[in-house]
Amino acid sequence: MAEPKHLGVWVYGVGVDIDAAPLAGTRGVDGETLRTVDAAGLTAVVGSVDLESFGEDGLRRSLNDLPRLEAIVRTHHDVIQAVSRLGPTVPARVPAVYDDDAGVETMLEEHRQTLAEAVDRVDGRQEWGVKAYGQPPPVPAPADPRRVPRTAAGSPRPASGTAYLQQRRAAVSARDETRRTALAEAEALHSQLCRSAMACRLHRPQHAALTGDTRWMVLNGSYLLDDERSGAFRATVTRLAPSHAHLAIELTGPWPPYSFVDPVEGAA
Amino acid sequence: MTVGAQAVNPSTAPVGTAGHTSTNLGDILERVLDRGLVIVGDIRVSLLDIELLTIKLRLLVASVDTARELGIDWWEHDPWLTSSARPSIEDGPAARRPSRAVGGERTALPEAAAEAEFDG
Repeated sequence: MAEPKHLGVWVYGVGVDIDAAPLAGTRGVDGETLRTVDAAGLTAVVGSVDLESFGEDGLRRSLNDLPRLEAIVRTHHDVIQAVSRLGPTVPARVPAVYDDDAGVETMLEEHRQTLAEAVDRVDGRQEWGVKAYGQPPPVPAPADPRRVPRTAAGSPRPASGTAYLQQRRAAVSARDETRRTALAEAEALHSQLCRSAMACRLHRPQHAALTGDTRWMVLNGSYLLDDERSGAFRATVTRLAPSHAHLAIELTGPWPPYSFVDPVEGAA
Repeated sequence: MTVGAQAVNPSTAPVGTAGHTSTNLGDILERVLDRGLVIVGDIRVSLLDIELLTIKLRLLVASVDTARELGIDWWEHDPWLTSSARPSIEDGPAARRPSRAVGGERTALPEAAAEAEFDG
């Protein structure tokens, strides 16, 4: 006889007065049907998940298993996008798993103020991501020491050694200069985009190994826009691109406002 | 609704990138794992575990072999990424500071990260 499943509750996000009925066709991270938990005037969108896979040990295994991790995060994101279409939604970070609905209710009650403010902050707004890359100059091949001209006695001529070092220094400073230019353009671009948005955030660059990309990621920013201002923002990014000719610019969006759920003092 | 990556200025189109419409996993990972509301549930995987896993997994998302073929292996020497790594002689102190813009802090541009990526 099969063991009964021990279920936990996975939280996808929090909104206000969300009806689960339109989510009937959407499945959660464990293939489960989505449902809601209401408390303190807030609604959490949740799903019941098997703790064998989504409890502490199961999660730790999954986070270390790339295909499983990818499936989980993509599904979590898809659910948040589906819920966002129904109303303002504050995405939950992965993982957020409770033993039962009562735990979720307690969370909503205890954090009612913060959650309500966050819902308000994302209401009618979208996030757009802008990443910019600089192109490092090709690395010149180092001089072959065997080809350094030598004196009759076989020792390298000092003048040639100096020339070699000068070459290396020139290559390093060309690289530094390219990087400085890219960073300056990225800083200018970010400032301009912040002025076009309600709020902006600067994030750690994604690691170069993420895409096998040889370029420098010099900007990884998020910008919060009113829904109806998104078209104008896209146009702004396109318009600004030529004046940042040393950057390759990528625009992603619209995203549910993951990057703007926490208040930041003095945010633009 | 997918979140496509749009190259804004194709004249500087990235090396080795095909135009794609599916959402980049790295873009999803950094949002789902690093941003969004921090709700501490009953089931805990320690945050330190997650932080380290997040970093490690970001590296794994792309083929690490591909990165190495391109001569990119700086993460193996970056103490921020691997506690067992030792800083190399040519790295100045500034190169070792990670940028701190996780989850919404406004901070300076990632000069440190950019510097850390390539040897001079």
